[in-house]
Amino acid sequence: MQILIYGTINSVALALFALGFAMVYGVSRLPNFAHGALYVTSGFITWSFVNSLELNYFISILLAMLVTGIIGALIYQFVLIRIRGMEISEIMATYAIGLAILEGLRWGGFRGMTYTLPAFIEGSTEIAGISVDYQRLLAVGIGAAVVAVLWWFTHYTRVGLALRGMAQDERAAMMLGIDSDLMALAAMGFGSMLAALAAVVLLPLGNIVVEAGYNVLILAIAVCIVGGLGSWMGAVLAAFIIGFAQILTVVYLGAHYQMVVALLAIIITLILRPSGLFGRQKELEERV
Amino acid sequence: MTESSDQRRKERLDRGIKVRSEGIYALMSWRELSYLFLPRVVLIGGLLILPLVMPSMYWQRVISIVCIYALLALSFDFLAHYVGLVSLGGAFFIGTGSYIAAILNTSFGLPPILTIPIATLLGAVICTVLLLPCLPLRGVYFAIVTLMYPLLLARVIEALDILGGTDGILGIESFTNRWMEQYFIIVMVLFLLFGTRRLVNQDIGLVFRAVKDNDQSVRASGISVTYYKTIAVFIASGIGCLAGAYLVHLYMWAGLSTLALDFSILPIAATVIGGSGTLVGPVLGAFILVPISELLRAFGTLRIVFYALILLGFIIFRSEGIMVYGQRKYHQFEKWIKV
Repeated sequence: MQILIYGTINSVALALFALGFAMVYGVSRLPNFAHGALYVTSGFITWSFVNSLELNYFISILLAMLVTGIIGALIYQFVLIRIRGMEISEIMATYAIGLAILEGLRWGGFRGMTYTLPAFIEGSTEIAGISVDYQRLLAVGIGAAVVAVLWWFTHYTRVGLALRGMAQDERAAMMLGIDSDLMALAAMGFGSMLAALAAVVLLPLGNIVVEAGYNVLILAIAVCIVGGLGSWMGAVLAAFIIGFAQILTVVYLGAHYQMVVALLAIIITLILRPSGLFGRQKELEERV
Repeated sequence: MTESSDQRRKERLDRGIKVRSEGIYALMSWRELSYLFLPRVVLIGGLLILPLVMPSMYWQRVISIVCIYALLALSFDFLAHYVGLVSLGGAFFIGTGSYIAAILNTSFGLPPILTIPIATLLGAVICTVLLLPCLPLRGVYFAIVTLMYPLLLARVIEALDILGGTDGILGIESFTNRWMEQYFIIVMVLFLLFGTRRLVNQDIGLVFRAVKDNDQSVRASGISVTYYKTIAVFIASGIGCLAGAYLVHLYMWAGLSTLALDFSILPIAATVIGGSGTLVGPVLGAFILVPISELLRAFGTLRIVFYALILLGFIIFRSEGIMVYGQRKYHQFEKWIKV
């Protein structure tokens, strides 16, 4: 029972990490290696709004999401737009941006002291004899809501449909009058906002540390690859697979192996089925 | 090659001396001879006298580290731009090489003169065998999988507490002679640089480049793509393992930091800055980047920010790199002509 509850919570956390990454990659084929950096940044932005400007917690969360979204869009508009399509450059550039942000934050004084965000609702409850705090339950709820909203957004709104069109076939989408750069910009903005959302929901569970940026990036990549790069629903399912696998290893093997599971999942999936469990198989593009 | 503007464009023409000395290969004067030899002599001579003009221990150590990064950058450039396998896992090669050398030295008591060649060959075999399953992958998939290898190895060592665990392996022999330590790696850099340059111009290099440009046609010609990729990975990982084995004897310590991302990222930055696909460029890039990061050491983690920004600037504005730019200036003259 404990495994079930904590597995679910862990899986939802992974799904929240991964959705932003999956969105950006799905729409514009950009592997956003700055994803983890955006996650940590939004945590620090929220912290600054709450503690330095003394804004209302809820308002500062919304503002932080907005600011992170704008940062993501700016990164696309001024850097990534120039190098789209060049895979090595894309990886290197986004990685360099992420590195600059994370190490800049580390240098800028966000270290040593512990920075924490308050939980939305304090306290905990018991489910089937296991105590779970409200923040974790809320994270599960928000995760489910995000998936539902994303599904609605991509199926019933003009922008969402355009994004999905881009993801399926960029050239055909362009022929139908969809502005490819604008949509990629929007995807980058939304993806960054999803990273920010994950941060404000999950960071109250622990401290804000710069190292989290690297771990979030690895986990996001793991989930996206197992689910199939670019497949959003695949990412959600893969989050559950990896999430439960991690909890099972923690229970039966030890906490050290948690990251090993994620990394092994990436390597094995890539070797056996590069397009992931739920991705469309594009045999010619990915292997010889 | 030409950049167009509204009214005029830049025209570039090969210098006559280039055509005579390189194309036709008719060397008729000292001038033509020196045109060919000058860049090579400057590089070789410069590298060989560098330790002599910088006799302080600190800067000699920096030169050794630069050479390690130069070897890694060379291996990355060879693999990425001649075979088309973008490997983000330089740290994996370094880590394998260094752990093997460390074990050979501490457990079997072999001197550095034996551990380095053994670690190079054995490490290359191990890396190649481990990378074998992902060789059919292409593009971003291969890049991500190689990025994960060093991280995985580090976590496994940490979790199983093998190979010294988080403390690493201590008490490794150093080189007996400071000058030998210095010149060994410089000679290796020069040897491997000119060796790979020669290799990519042989028949096998032609196949490598064909694999990069169009692997389907290579396959259609009845040549096994995976076989050639295996050879290329063996060569590249051998270069990386050599650097790793040398590193261990330099620091007298092997640990998890040899698997750190530094060894994966800095060589790529050096390649981008130096000029990708030239093989000389990455070496040059390492000689520019590493000393800069040493000079910025006082700024702490801010130096990583600096070099990430330098890298970003190069990727966006000068993606050809210094070496390609320099070669163009050396071989061609430019003039503006009216359109």
